[in-house]
Formats: sequence, structure tokens, C-alpha cells
Amino acid sequence: MATMTYREALNEALREEMDRDPDVFLMGEEVAEYDGAYKVSKGLLDVFGDQRVVDAPISELGFAGLGVGAAMAGLRPVIEFMTFNFAYLALDQIINNASKLRYMSGGQFKVPITFRGPNGPALQLGAQHSQACETYFLHAPGCKVVTPATPADAKGLLKASIRDDDPVAFMEGELLYNLKGEVPEEDDFVIPLGVADLKRVGSDVSIITHGQMVHLALQASDKLESEGIEAEVLDLRSVRPLDVDAILETVQKTNRVVYLEDSWPYAGTGAQVVSIIQEEAFDHLDAPVLRVTQADVPMPYAKNLEALAKPSVEQVLESCKKVLYR
Amino acid sequence: MVTKVHMEALSPTMEEGQLVQWLKSEGDEISSGDILAEIETDKATMELVARGDGMLRKIFLDAGGVSVVGAVIAVIAAADEDISDIEGSSDGNGTQPALPEESSAGTEPVAPEEPGAATTPEIAADTQGAGRVKASPLARRLATEMGVDLLTIKGSGPGGRVVKRDLEGAKTAVSNAAATTTWTSGENEYEDLPTSQMRKSIAKRLVTSIGPVPTFYLTVEVDMNRVIRARESMNNMLEEDGYRISVNDIVLKAVAAALRQHPNCNAQWHDSFVRRFNAVHLGVAVAIDEGLITPVIRNAHAKGIMQIAAEVRELAGRARTKKLMPDEYTGSTFSVSNLGMFGIQEFTAIINPPEAGILAVGGIEETPVVVNGEVKVCPRMRITMSCDHRVIDGAQGARFLATLKSMLEEPTAILL
Repeated sequence: MATMTYREALNEALREEMDRDPDVFLMGEEVAEYDGAYKVSKGLLDVFGDQRVVDAPISELGFAGLGVGAAMAGLRPVIEFMTFNFAYLALDQIINNASKLRYMSGGQFKVPITFRGPNGPALQLGAQHSQACETYFLHAPGCKVVTPATPADAKGLLKASIRDDDPVAFMEGELLYNLKGEVPEEDDFVIPLGVADLKRVGSDVSIITHGQMVHLALQASDKLESEGIEAEVLDLRSVRPLDVDAILETVQKTNRVVYLEDSWPYAGTGAQVVSIIQEEAFDHLDAPVLRVTQADVPMPYAKNLEALAKPSVEQVLESCKKVLYR
Repeated sequence: MVTKVHMEALSPTMEEGQLVQWLKSEGDEISSGDILAEIETDKATMELVARGDGMLRKIFLDAGGVSVVGAVIAVIAAADEDISDIEGSSDGNGTQPALPEESSAGTEPVAPEEPGAATTPEIAADTQGAGRVKASPLARRLATEMGVDLLTIKGSGPGGRVVKRDLEGAKTAVSNAAATTTWTSGENEYEDLPTSQMRKSIAKRLVTSIGPVPTFYLTVEVDMNRVIRARESMNNMLEEDGYRISVNDIVLKAVAAALRQHPNCNAQWHDSFVRRFNAVHLGVAVAIDEGLITPVIRNAHAKGIMQIAAEVRELAGRARTKKLMPDEYTGSTFSVSNLGMFGIQEFTAIINPPEAGILAVGGIEETPVVVNGEVKVCPRMRITMSCDHRVIDGAQGARFLATLKSMLEEPTAILL
């Protein structure tokens, strides 16, 4: 195992995949000369040159569309959005083209493109730049959505996303780039999409979550442990495709679930997971499934209001105790 | 939160309940699980438990009043909550005057008028609306698997919801009970035997003659000399401990032992099959002021006479004060009714469906009997078995009675 940051793990994944397959190229705002706004592409220009590490103008719809065309023509583009907040500008390309062309062409075209960039609320960036955007990419079928929470997952899942023949929205945790963790040193470390990971084993209550909220869930679990409650933390890793088996397994084990996400509650990932649970594991539930989410408001800028709007450890504790009837 | 207090179905057959007394008054603070009132059902006086927290704001049904199951009889809410739109529900009307006790018009007082016995325990939680038990899906499934009636479980979740941990308590109770009283042998409690065409034809034809239960009666006279002596000797042994065995206790033990040898008399008619029990759950008819009830000695075949005696005393005592729980007067497989203490020499009892037999026990009388060509005075007792002919044929019933007679005339045979 090597210890590295989330940022370094992503860089390694890009480097290895570009090395492995000449069809892989990276394009986005400031990814080349500036090493990327979050320095994920650091050093790649020097290694792979400006034909494969391409600075794009500030035109998300344009370079996303260029990527879709390149993918249809046989390349494997990695399109970096400076943050996923800006990917809204490219939604037509992502949802109406990338996600649908395989279906609309009767399988004649595949679109092996990876859209990647930071996602999720950060600190005092205001309503437009501090939000979890995954629901937009989840809603329509055709695009896979991956949300790594650790350096190892970031590396293994990015490599799998680049190799996948369908479009993938690879959504990095904006607050996770400096997170250090162990990453396996094996030659070709790939984590398949659609496989959840138990980040903590417990028996009393299941906290199911994804993305950077995994760490909030782990913090809450530590507090619960000190009160004699063993929480299980299931990290979905991919929210599409969803690891339904892992979800049902943990429900059957603990009989009670709290879904934690930093996106809004309305039609959120948790809403879908809750629906699956009540449909498939109704007889295993000892309590209604609760959700802890971002409040149903645009993210406030004011520090005190921002803290109230974001999911907190306290809210997770409270919900866990509620489903435990404590 | 406003919680309506309903007249709940506190026995499997309850349709309406009479409010004996409120144990809480308007204005009292209530926590979920508190006992609000005593309700007289068709079987017993039961406790009505609060299913919500708050203040007992309004009582719609006064003591002595009768409401149908499901009627709203009170409201629990926060002190400042608006409850003006809640009324005692119209279907119960909440305020019917107490009805005079209706005596059952049965021609004889022995057979229970309600089935009760051996009915499949209903999961009351499945009933809609009234008497509905709130339970988590998991608790509901576990209760079904464990054969626990959710109505008998006190829920500790919000609004009295029965949750998994409440059943864990019940599970311990059930397994504790199992350790001392239940069916522990390798056998199944019962077997279902498919009905043959002949049995179907017998059943169909006999019901056109006497129905719905085509009953016939078999009487035999038993010499009770040895039972009386055995009883004396047992009571001498038990004197120090303060226990007393009655003749009836020995009869019950003998019936259970004889039924083990003749399981076809310990059975139920189910149209397409006959359910034949290996376990003997004996219903014992107990007269109470307003009627009668048959508490059940479970697994009587596996219990000693002393234990049977103790259970009969205990259950009968609570039957008279109407404190029996539903599972204490349901599930019998055969019943015994004894009117000997009233000087009755011989009578017929009415079968308690779905059982197929009941034994009517008369008093012991000094009777002149011819023994070896000489007239002797002997204590004699007449027992009459009522048989459901769909299940029991004459010869089968006669063989059972012969076994029972021989056991009573030589009580050591019970030990075999």
C-alpha cells in the first residue's frame, strides 16, 4: 500500500490510463498549462503533450460536445469541469447526446466519455458554487454516476470509468482532494462500477451514503459507538448503477436505515434508495427509513446558516437514535 | 399529537366492550403504555393501554357504557391542542347504556357458547381500523413466525408501535414457557389426515340429520373405589405442603392419558382433513356468575396430577374474576365438564367446536352393584362423552371410554 492524497490518486489513474491507451485524452479549462484548477492533472502535459492534454476555452457546452463527438468517433475523452456547478452549462450534451446516442443509434455508436470534476458543498462558496449536483446526472438513464470517497476508490473507480463504454459522470468530493489514504500498489488497480463498499461493519443501524458524506457517516458512527450503538456504513461508490444487493443485505442485517447525502431531499439519491428498500425489504424494516440531507434551500452564504443547511453529525446521530427508538 | 383512544378488540371474538372503570381521569398526563381503563369483553376484563403520549383530554364513554369495537372512546393530546373536531365515534355512539347481562339461552350450562377453542390465533394487527395494532413490518413478520398475537404485545415505539425489541421479550417468555410447559417431545403437535371419501360421505349425510355438529353420546359407569383411595393417599402425602387433589383432577389426568392412546378422539373436523392432535390441551368448563368459560390446561398429557390441580385452581380463580388472557381460554383440543358437585348423576354436554369431543362427568354415588354374584355397595360415577360423528365413530369413542374406565378403576394404569 502507498499512502497518497485523493488528488494524487486521481492523477495516477489518469496517468496510467493515458499510458495504457493512446485513445484516452484529457480536455478542460486550465488542465494543461496550469495543471488543473485543483491540480489533479499536474505534470500530465509534460508527459503526454498538448495533443492529449488540451486546454479548452471557457465554453462547457462546446468542449463537452467536442468530447461526445470524439467518443463517437472512437476516442476515450476525459472532460474535466472546473467544478460540476459549471457542468449545468453542458447538460444538453451530457444528457441529450452522450447519455442517449447509444440507445438512439440502436447500438451503432457507443459514447465512452468520462466527465469529471469536483462536486458537493464546500465552504462559503454561495448557492451557485456550493451544491451536490449528482441528481441531475442520475435522473435520466444512460449516464453512470460515480462518487468516490477515498483515495483508493478515486483511483480504482476513475480507471474503471475511463474504460467503461458508456458516459460516466465521475464526481469528486470538493473537500476531499487533500485527504490522505492507502492505495493498493498493484499494477492495474481497478474497482468495478456498481459495487458498494462497507466502510464500517456494525449491527444496529445502517447509514447508507455516497461521496464525501461517507466521512460524516464515519464520524457519526464513532460517536454512536461511544454510546454503545454499532452503526454500519455502506458507501454506494456508484449511485448508478446501484448495488441493490448490498443495500438489501445491510437492511436485512440491521433492520433500520438512515440515508445520508449532501444533496437536496427532493427526488434525491436517498429517495430512490428508500423506494427500493421499502419495495424489496419491507418485512425487514423495524422503523421507517430516515434521510439526512442538505436542507431544501439554496445553500446560504452566511457561515451560520450554511452550517444549518448542511447535514451534520448531530443530525445523523439523532436520526440513528430515532430509528433505534432510543 | 392527537391520539384517539378506540374500543379495541381485546379478545378474538369481541364485538363490543363495556367500560368497567377508567383508571385515568380527564386532565391526567398519559404515557404510551399506561393502562387507561378496564374493559369487559365477552370473555374477561382486560386492560386498555394508551397508544400515545399527552394528556387525557376527553372521555366519551362513561363507566358502565358499552361501545362497539373501533368506536372512539377518548382522546389523548397535548394540553393546548385543538381537539374540537374529534367526537365519540358515531358507530359506537359511545354512550349506549350498559346492557343487562344477557344470559345464554342454552339448555344446559356446561358447554361454552363461543368457540374460542383452538381457533387459529388471529394476528389482530391485520384487522383494519379498530383495534389495529401498530407494528413495524419486521415485528409483524416476527410475530407471525413466532405465533405471537401482536395484540398481546405492548409496543414501545412511537404511538405504541410494536417493534422488534418488544418481540424479543415475548420470545423469551415463549421459550421460558416452552421450557416448563410446552410440547417438547419429538412429535409434531398435530397431524392433518386427508379426509377419505367414506368420511366425507358420513359427514355429509349425518349433518343433514343433526347439524352442524352431528353428535352422539356414549355413557359408561365407572367404579371409583381406587380413585378415591388414591386421592386419599395422595392428599395425605401432600398435606404438609398444603396441596389438595380433587377427584376431578385425577379424571382430567386420566382423560389426557387415555386420549394419548386414542388420538382419533383428540381431533378436529376441517372438511378436507381431520386434524389429529398428539398434544392434549384440555378445556375445563368453569361456571362463573354470568355464564361459563373453559380455561385450557396445555399439554395436560405431559403434566403430573399435582400440576394439573394447581393450574385448574389458578385458572378457575382468575376465570371467576374475569382476568383470563385470551390465550388461556383458547386452543383446547378436548373438553371436560363436571357437574358432580351439584348432585348431577349424569348429563350430556355440548361439543365446543372445533373440538370433536367433550366428557360430561357426573357425581360419585354409593350404588348397589352385583359383584361375583353378590350385591355390594360401591362408589360409582357416570361419564358421558359427546362425539362429533364426522370425526369419531361409535366404536372408536367406545374404545376410548373403555380405556378411560380401566384407568379410573385402576389408576396405576395412568402411569403406564
